[in-house]
Amino acid sequence: MLDDFFGRAILAAVGVAAMAGPLGCFVVWRRMAYFGDTTAHAALLGIGLGIMLGIDLTIGVAAVTVSVALLLLVMERRTGLALDTLLGILAHTSLALGVIVIALTPGLRVDLTSYLFGDVLAVSVTDLAVIFSMALMVLTVLAVIWRKLVAATMDEELAAAEGLHPARYRIVFVLLLALTIAVAMKVVGVLLITALLIIPAAAARRVSVSPEQMALVAICLAICSAIGGLFLSLYLDTPSGPSIVIAAAIIFSLSLLPLGLKQR
Amino acid sequence: MTQLIAAHGVAVTINGRTLLHEIDLSVDTGEIVTIIGPNGGGKTTLVRALLGTQALSAGSVTRMEGLTVGYVPQRLNLNPMMPVRVSRLLTSATPRPRSQMLEALDETGVGHLVDQSVHTLSGGEFRRVLLARALLHDPNLLVLDEPVAGVDHAGELVLYELIQRIRTERGCGVLMVSHDLHVVMAATDKVICLNGHVCCTGQPHEVSKHSEYVRLFGPRAADALAFYEHQHDHEHGIGGDVTHDHAHGHHHGDRPHAG
Repeated sequence: MLDDFFGRAILAAVGVAAMAGPLGCFVVWRRMAYFGDTTAHAALLGIGLGIMLGIDLTIGVAAVTVSVALLLLVMERRTGLALDTLLGILAHTSLALGVIVIALTPGLRVDLTSYLFGDVLAVSVTDLAVIFSMALMVLTVLAVIWRKLVAATMDEELAAAEGLHPARYRIVFVLLLALTIAVAMKVVGVLLITALLIIPAAAARRVSVSPEQMALVAICLAICSAIGGLFLSLYLDTPSGPSIVIAAAIIFSLSLLPLGLKQR
Repeated sequence: MTQLIAAHGVAVTINGRTLLHEIDLSVDTGEIVTIIGPNGGGKTTLVRALLGTQALSAGSVTRMEGLTVGYVPQRLNLNPMMPVRVSRLLTSATPRPRSQMLEALDETGVGHLVDQSVHTLSGGEFRRVLLARALLHDPNLLVLDEPVAGVDHAGELVLYELIQRIRTERGCGVLMVSHDLHVVMAATDKVICLNGHVCCTGQPHEVSKHSEYVRLFGPRAADALAFYEHQHDHEHGIGGDVTHDHAHGHHHGDRPHAG
């Protein structure tokens, strides 16, 4: 399976989907969709800097997404600006800066499309190793801090009053999100990562009665979207990243059908 | 009587604006203390300072050795996108056996809601669930921020009676915050009138005649208390029984508004 580009693509997409499911739930619960989007846009700057400095691109991207995410956390506290304004400024500044850095790097011909929309059919065995070690790390950390992270997400004020330190969990979560975005870029690209995070989570909400159940259902739906999207792209000869997102969107539409579910 | 928690000369300044200054107060075991005051008077800030989630710019807060606080927030910022059942909300911080959860929920009269989604609860049910959640910690001090927020007038008195009953049965201290001048005055031992500083403090009937109180809430506020004390005499006996929530509503439909 590792010798076949399609097999590698499936594995990569499944690995990313496994992280995106539960993290996406927190993105939805914490109303941080735009936060994820901004961090993802910044990933392009990481590509540019990585090429310019001649360092490994995944490391370059991870460094930039983590920095931007932490910068957002600080600016959110320090400046009086509304968060969405701040996000809008940072998202597009870093995206523009990324495109300029890539354009200025001499002798470089980069196909921007593969970074914007993903190029999962080109993942190498090394990429796979990075994706799966990251997935293992992210899921382990999530499992360890799960209960407290959920409590801090339910209501920060109440969590703080009960001696939990919600700010700490917020930082850990944002770091996990930034790292996930860095490795997910290969699969769905910077412009579509948020979709893979929030669409399966939103679909999972409809059928879930507990946060844990929603996270597990979101993993399943994200994996279904990944595999379904890749087969869609194989048979219809469509771009892989957008096909995965479309598969997720189809699953979400199905979840909206009235199935006699009572309000949960 | 043991002193549970006390503030000594507490001041809180946020972004150069002094929200609280020279606050002294204390809550003893078995005592119901209510902080009332106008919006922006610093009530919620004071609660945060006492809970330790708001840094003080001056003064200190002393807590009894082994103090356990059961906190009932004014509202939860719970996103409807997160599916949460009552049982899960009760044990968000630490897992507990179902029997304990049911015990606490029964104490506040909502045991039948244990498996219901919190997003489908009414305002009154939600307050009772939050109260049960606080009781699960077996607190010796209950802190309630606007305990009747989101509850209709008929339910208010029943909730205050429930709080009084919990105080009597458990012997814990209760610190409440309310902008409500009337019902709460009849259900409390000590009133602290807060407007950045402690304007006046004492028993409800004393405070209601205090000039500072009258200045803040208007001359009709004092009359309102008498009205409610009178009404209150006739309300005993309905206990905290939820099913009677609305049966006595007409008594309070026409209460006077002050200020």
